[in-house]
Amino acid sequence: MYYRQLFLISLFTGLIAASNAQASVTVFACEPEWAALSREIGGDKISASSATNALQDPHYIQARPSLIAGIRKADLLVCSGSDLEAGWLPLLLRKGNNPKVQPGQQGYLMASQFVKRLEIPTVLDRAQGDLHAQGNPHIQTDPRNLAVLAREIARRLQQIDAGNAQEYQRNLAAFEGRWGRAVDEWQRKAAPLRGKNVVLHHRSWVYLTNWLGLVEVASLETKPGVPPSAAHLNELLGLLKSTPAIAILRTPYQDPKPSEWLTGQTGIPNVALPFTVGGLPGANDLYSVFDATVKLLLATLETDGE
Amino acid sequence: MKHNYFLLLAVLPFYFLLSIAPVVHADENIAAMRAELDALKSQYEMRIQALEQRLSAAEQQLQHNQVLPGQEPGAIVDAPVTPGNSYAAASNQFNPAMGVILNGALRAYEHDPQDHYIPGFPQAGEAGLGDEGLSIGESEFVFTANVDDWFYARVTAALEQEDGEFDTGLEEAFIDTLSLPAHTSLRFGRFYSSVGYLNNKHAHTWDFTDQALPYSAFLGIQYGDDGIQLRWLAPTEMYLELGAEVFRGSNYPAAGDADNGFGTQTLFARFGGDVGLSNSWTAGFSWLGASADDRGYGDEDAPLQFNGDSDLYIADLVWKWAPNGNIRERNFVLQAEYLWRKEDGSYDIADMENTGRVTNDATGWYAQGIYQWRPRWRAGLRLDGLSLDDPGAQFADTPLATFGSDPRRYSFMIDYSNSEFSRIRLQFNRDESGPKNDNQVFLQYIMSIGAHGGHEF
Repeated sequence: MYYRQLFLISLFTGLIAASNAQASVTVFACEPEWAALSREIGGDKISASSATNALQDPHYIQARPSLIAGIRKADLLVCSGSDLEAGWLPLLLRKGNNPKVQPGQQGYLMASQFVKRLEIPTVLDRAQGDLHAQGNPHIQTDPRNLAVLAREIARRLQQIDAGNAQEYQRNLAAFEGRWGRAVDEWQRKAAPLRGKNVVLHHRSWVYLTNWLGLVEVASLETKPGVPPSAAHLNELLGLLKSTPAIAILRTPYQDPKPSEWLTGQTGIPNVALPFTVGGLPGANDLYSVFDATVKLLLATLETDGE
Repeated sequence: MKHNYFLLLAVLPFYFLLSIAPVVHADENIAAMRAELDALKSQYEMRIQALEQRLSAAEQQLQHNQVLPGQEPGAIVDAPVTPGNSYAAASNQFNPAMGVILNGALRAYEHDPQDHYIPGFPQAGEAGLGDEGLSIGESEFVFTANVDDWFYARVTAALEQEDGEFDTGLEEAFIDTLSLPAHTSLRFGRFYSSVGYLNNKHAHTWDFTDQALPYSAFLGIQYGDDGIQLRWLAPTEMYLELGAEVFRGSNYPAAGDADNGFGTQTLFARFGGDVGLSNSWTAGFSWLGASADDRGYGDEDAPLQFNGDSDLYIADLVWKWAPNGNIRERNFVLQAEYLWRKEDGSYDIADMENTGRVTNDATGWYAQGIYQWRPRWRAGLRLDGLSLDDPGAQFADTPLATFGSDPRRYSFMIDYSNSEFSRIRLQFNRDESGPKNDNQVFLQYIMSIGAHGGHEF
C-alpha cells in the first residue's frame, strides 16, 4: 500500500516542481498593446500573450475556453479596464480559478485607472448607447499614457518577481529614454496636424486627438456602439460641406463600408490607423504603431493640399 | 452503493491536498527557512537599489516632462486616479449589481397546448408547452456581488403568473469561491448543474424560444437543485476542466431527496480550444445519476410513480466561427448534443394492475446552427428528436407507452438585437413530438435592464 502513496506523493511533488521550473512571469494582456509594453519591460524574463488581436473588437469578445486556460496560468493581468472588457473579463476571472489575478491583487492591473480618463459621462442611460461609466477606455492611442503604464508594469513585475527587479528597472530606464525621444519626434512631426478637423467612426481616438490637437467634428456612430445608419451618414454629408475635415478615422476591426461611402461622397480620405500592435502590416511594435499613425495622418494633409 | 462511491470521489482531491502538503514540507523545513531568509535579504537589498534608481529616474522624468513641446500640463496623472484597483467596487458601490430580464412572448398553436405531452416520456417540472396567446412569461431578477475576497454570490429569482396566481421561484442562489488553491473552485447553494452544454444556460440566453427536446424530456427543461460543486482546471495548454457535483435530489429526474438527501451525483469533463484565429470549440462529457423515491407524474389522485435509478450520459460539441475571431460583424455557431438515459426501477400506478420493473433505455439529440450574417441579425435552424424502448404491454394505456414513430421537431428562427440588451425573435416550429402533429409560431422579446454580465462561451 505504501507504494501507491509514494507514487502519488512523487507525482504530486513532480507536478509542483514542473510548474515551478518555468521561472519566468506569465503576463496575460487583454489587448496587444499591453502585451507589447510588458515585453518592453519584462524582456526575456516574462512571457506575454494577448487575449485579443488588432482585428478584433475588444468590446465584443467571448469568454472562450482558450482564454480561460490562458488566465489560469497568469501571474499578471494587464487590461485597459474602464469596462472595456466588462462583457468577458469578469467571466474569465471567475472561471479561471486563479487567485493571483483577482481584483485587488498585485497581479490585477487595469491600465486606465492610472491615467487621466476623458469622457467620463455625467448621465448614465443606455438610451445614450454603450457608455463606459468610468470614461473612455481607449487610452493607448496617446503615447504619453504608455509611459505612465510602463512604470506601473515595472513596479508590478518587481513585486511579483523580486529576483529580477534590477533587470526590470534597467529595461524601464532604457524604454523611458527611447520612448521619450520618440514621443518628442512624433510631436515635432505632427505639429502641422494641430487644429485640423477629423471624423471618427467610433470614439476610439479621443486620446489621440487630444494628444495631437486634432478636432473631432463628427462620428459615424450616432451613439457609442450603435452601427452607423444611412440617415445619419446623409446628415454628415451636409455637415462636412460646411466644416471640411482632413480624414475619416477608423480602427482595423471596424466595418470600412460606412467610411468608404462617405469618402466616395465627399472626397475626404478614410484612414484605418493601426490602433494597436498588429493593426497594420509593419506595425509590429509600439514604436511602429505611432510611426505609422503619424505618417498616415500627415499623408492626408498632402492629398488635402493638392 | 455506487452513489456513495462517487461522493467519495468528489471529496478525495481535497483529502489529498490536505494530507500531502505537510508531508512534503516537513523534511525540508530547516533548509527551506534558511533559503527563504537568504532570499529575503537579497530581495530587500535589491528593492532598496530599485527604489533609489526609481527616485533618480523620476527626477530625470520630471525634468524631461517639463521640456516636452506641445504637452498640456496635467495631461497625465502619475498617481492612480482611484487608489488601488477598485474596478468591482466602483461599479456598484457595495450594493449588489442588479439586473432584470423580461422575457415574454406571443405563442400560437394549431392544437391546444394543454393536451400536449410526449408519449413515452413522463415529464416533470416546467416541461410543457408555453401559454397560448400573449404572455409576459417569466421575469428574472438577478443580484450579484463579491461577498469578500473569498466569495462571490449570485441570486436569480423568477416571477411568473400561473393560472392567475403569482409564483416566485428561486432559480439559483449560489456562492462561488474566488481564491481556493491548486486551481480548484467550489460552488454551493442552489444552482443549475454544469452537465451538458445547455443545462446551466438561463432561458434568456437560449437561441430558440423553447428548450431542446432531450432536455425537456430527460431533465425537466434543466436540472437545478441544492448542492455543491467542485471544479478543477488542468494546467494544460488546451482547456480542460473536471468537475463533480452532489445535489439534494428533489427535482426531476431525481425525487424525494433519496439517499439521505444526496440523491443526485454528477461528473463532467469539458475541453476546449481555438483552431486558428477564426475558430473555437468546446466539447464535454457528463454523467448525472439520480435516485428517485416516488417520482410522480400525471393525475394527482392516481399518479404514475417511479422508484429507482436514472442515469443520464451527455456528449456535447459546440463549434464557433467568426472571421479573425471578430464576432461583432459575422459569426456562425454549430451546436449538437447527444443524450442517453437508462432508468432502472419500477413504475406503479395506483388502482391499476400494471406495475413492474423496467429497464428503460432512451436517447435524445439535437443539432442547431445559428448564423449572424450582419451586425444585429441572426437566423437559426434546429432539429431535435427522441427515441425510446417500448416498456412492454403492461404499460399499454399509460403515458409510458410509446407512439408509432419517434418524436421529432423542426425549428427555424430569426432574431434582431438592437443592442446587447434587447432582442426580438420570430420562430416557427413543426412539432411532431406530441400526440398530434402541430405547427407553432412564437414572437418573443428578451429585454435586459440594469447590470448584466457576459454570457459563457
